[in-house]
Amino acid sequence: MIEVKNLYKGFNGQQVLNGIDYTFERGKTNLIIGQSGSGKSVFLKCMLGLFKPDKGTIVYDGKPYSSFSDEEQRELRKEMGMLFQGGALFDSMNVEQNVMFPLKMFTKQHKKEMLKRVHEVLERVNLDGTGDKMPSEISGGMQKRVAIARAIVNKPKYLFCDEPNSGLDPKTATVIDNLIQELTHENDITTVLITHDMNSVLEIGERIAFLKDGVLAWKGTKDEIFKTEDEAVTDFVYSSNLFQQVREAQQKEK
Amino acid sequence: MTYLHSIGEYFLMLKGVFGRMTKSSVLRSLILKEINDLIMGSMGIVAFLSFFIGAVVAIQTALNLTNPLIPKTLVAYAARQSVILEFAPTFISIIMAGKVGSFITSSIGSMRVTEQIDALEVMGINSKNYLIFPKIIAMLTYPFVIAISMFLGITGAYFAAVVGGFVTSDQFITGLQDEFIPFHLTYAFIKTFLFAFILATVPAYHGYYMKGGALEVGEAATTSFVWTSVVLIVTNYLVTQLLLS
Repeated sequence: MIEVKNLYKGFNGQQVLNGIDYTFERGKTNLIIGQSGSGKSVFLKCMLGLFKPDKGTIVYDGKPYSSFSDEEQRELRKEMGMLFQGGALFDSMNVEQNVMFPLKMFTKQHKKEMLKRVHEVLERVNLDGTGDKMPSEISGGMQKRVAIARAIVNKPKYLFCDEPNSGLDPKTATVIDNLIQELTHENDITTVLITHDMNSVLEIGERIAFLKDGVLAWKGTKDEIFKTEDEAVTDFVYSSNLFQQVREAQQKEK
Repeated sequence: MTYLHSIGEYFLMLKGVFGRMTKSSVLRSLILKEINDLIMGSMGIVAFLSFFIGAVVAIQTALNLTNPLIPKTLVAYAARQSVILEFAPTFISIIMAGKVGSFITSSIGSMRVTEQIDALEVMGINSKNYLIFPKIIAMLTYPFVIAISMFLGITGAYFAAVVGGFVTSDQFITGLQDEFIPFHLTYAFIKTFLFAFILATVPAYHGYYMKGGALEVGEAATTSFVWTSVVLIVTNYLVTQLLLS
């Protein structure tokens, strides 16, 4: 569980996050949604420890990040898995080496054990048999799945995903969404996922935080988001023609 | 002000490079890979250039020795001095700034653009140490490249001068041994070590701190070549002033 308390962050006098309070629950997919520039990425980077908050605390399973020593911060990072927007696979390594990388860096396992774990996770993301391929030789969707495999290979307690299905076709995006949700439930991970994609909200939005201008404007679940009367949320949700049509159809039925 | 900021940032980067170390077993394989990419991969062009530069120096010197009072042995003497003192260490380093420097900047720059450096940081890895330290260690073998360059430069001069009929083999060998000062080699290798450090770190700085996309990676590689050359030339001047004057 990650608790964010009264979080403020700004750059060059411009406030990006304005006093955010929110709890990301364990074993659930916690989505952060909002328009571009609403502060989602800065929020995520604060949680990852890449940005130091100006004010406020981030508490990881009961322990505030600010109280962590350098060594404890490094240990915490080993418990984090991160799925970047573009996958961020290492170009110079093949799929197997990419997935093995965190094990090689942080464990003292024998190569045989590492390979066994790598094949386990590759099989889990339906990529068994692609270990010797280079990232440039596989599709965008496969790259994302390799990135997921790399993120979970070290059995993280926290999984962060930055727009995991950007640039993917709807079918592949759904596969990625479902995979993230299944892994979250199977491994009891605290998953935090940034997205613009309303399909993702529908698929896996167990808990949703809506950011607007650096403020937590709304929070709820995927069922609640389509019922809310909150203007900021409805503006965002129904900005897509598809959802607008669904809403109009629902209103006609009523 | 921007220059001062960049200089400060460069030294902070160096502090980070020698900060928290990457696991030694991983570091070992990275160093070997860098030696292969940076050093072994440059041997062909260095050998080719050195041989022909030596040859041209010998021909130019021979063609300009019109006074019969000047001994023919001067051809080898001039070739030796120019190859050891400047052509091998400095000229080859400028070429390496283009080849190795651009490679370092663009490879680190692409990693920045595609969030691979962020991925390392998120995992709790000291990305500066992981990416730049192996390059610095690999470049410690750079003096071997320069030694080979010196040998091939003088060999090229020998072939051009002797096969070209400007001097006899004996005259060339005599000239080569004439008034040899061993400290000149020490000076050349001191320069080479400094150049090796510059060749590894200045392009790495330009790649590591670049911002933008693919186009900016290309721009960073060009800027890196310009600045690496400038730093090499200024360092060359300072070292020569300190050690030889």
